[in-house]
Amino acid sequence: MSVLPYLVAVWIFLTGCYGLTTSRNLIHAVGCLAVCQSATYVLLLAVGYRDGGTAPVFSDLKPGSRPVVDPVVQALTLTDIVVGATVTALLLALVMQVAKRHGTVDPDELRELRG
Amino acid sequence: MTRRVRMVVLALGGACLAALLVAACLGMPSFGGSRHPYGDRAVHASLSRQTANTIASVNFDLRAFDTLGEMSILFASVLGTVVLLRQTRDEKRAAPEPEAVVPPVRRYALIVLPVALLTGLYVIAHGQLSPGGGFQGGVVAATGLHLLYLGADYRALERIRPIDVYEIGDALSASGYLVTGLAGVLAGTAFLANTLLPYGTFNTLSSGGIVPVLNAAIGMEVTCAIVVLLARFLDQAVEIEEEDGNR
Repeated sequence: MSVLPYLVAVWIFLTGCYGLTTSRNLIHAVGCLAVCQSATYVLLLAVGYRDGGTAPVFSDLKPGSRPVVDPVVQALTLTDIVVGATVTALLLALVMQVAKRHGTVDPDELRELRG
Repeated sequence: MTRRVRMVVLALGGACLAALLVAACLGMPSFGGSRHPYGDRAVHASLSRQTANTIASVNFDLRAFDTLGEMSILFASVLGTVVLLRQTRDEKRAAPEPEAVVPPVRRYALIVLPVALLTGLYVIAHGQLSPGGGFQGGVVAATGLHLLYLGADYRALERIRPIDVYEIGDALSASGYLVTGLAGVLAGTAFLANTLLPYGTFNTLSSGGIVPVLNAAIGMEVTCAIVVLLARFLDQAVEIEEEDGNR
């Protein structure tokens, strides 16, 4: 089952999409977006994995003595996590403003734009 | 669109997307395979520039320009949050009442606080040597600071956490990253190219050329950014009230 880790990423992504579409609470929707994003972590780390590989850090590892996993996708995952966390914070701040101005966090009730 | 129609559209779109993604997965190289051309080249480049942690080398040397973009997203999100969560006209600030803290919680928080701060700084400083770096260490240091809120109270946290200083620190470290890049241009090479400083001895604190410098700038920026973000959310929860007294 060498394709299973990729399928797990697909499954997590689609679950997040389902949650986003059916969400009746904006905070829940932000959480679902975070679920969608965590699918990319699984995908990236699955792409970079190497059988018998260890962390690509050579402070206590002789270079060339063991296979290492792909450092490029690990760096991409790191980027993804940091950007995801701060963008989630920004979205939650937006939700707080919506709740203050409109008195609701149900996206279905936010019909018209108000000042 | 009614909920029913929306569900039908979702089911159709989801099924098509799932089929496409599964087809794409079947065409991927098999999991755990030994062919990683980019990874091998990144390891080679990292070792040739005396950086023990290849991930730090990818982030602050090979992809330093991308990290600049990422740092800008971080900076912009914090700016956006600060603007969105400001005190509006129909709100007022109320001084929070100190609450009693259970002694074991207080003891634990005050013992762990310095350890957490030191760990954060250690992880930032050793970013080019051991796992970790500016991003991870910054988060540890910034959240460690908030143990004071758990162990003492909000007033104590505010005293050691002047927000203005952290906002300035955020901006300074972001510009520090840019200035390091521009220094390379002035020295006659490309923007953010790792040719400015000597590569040093492998596996020492000063190894890796500009990697430790950029790593420290990112560490400071992340620390300041997380402190400012949490401060704005805590302000909303603890201090800012509507005129009629509701939170």
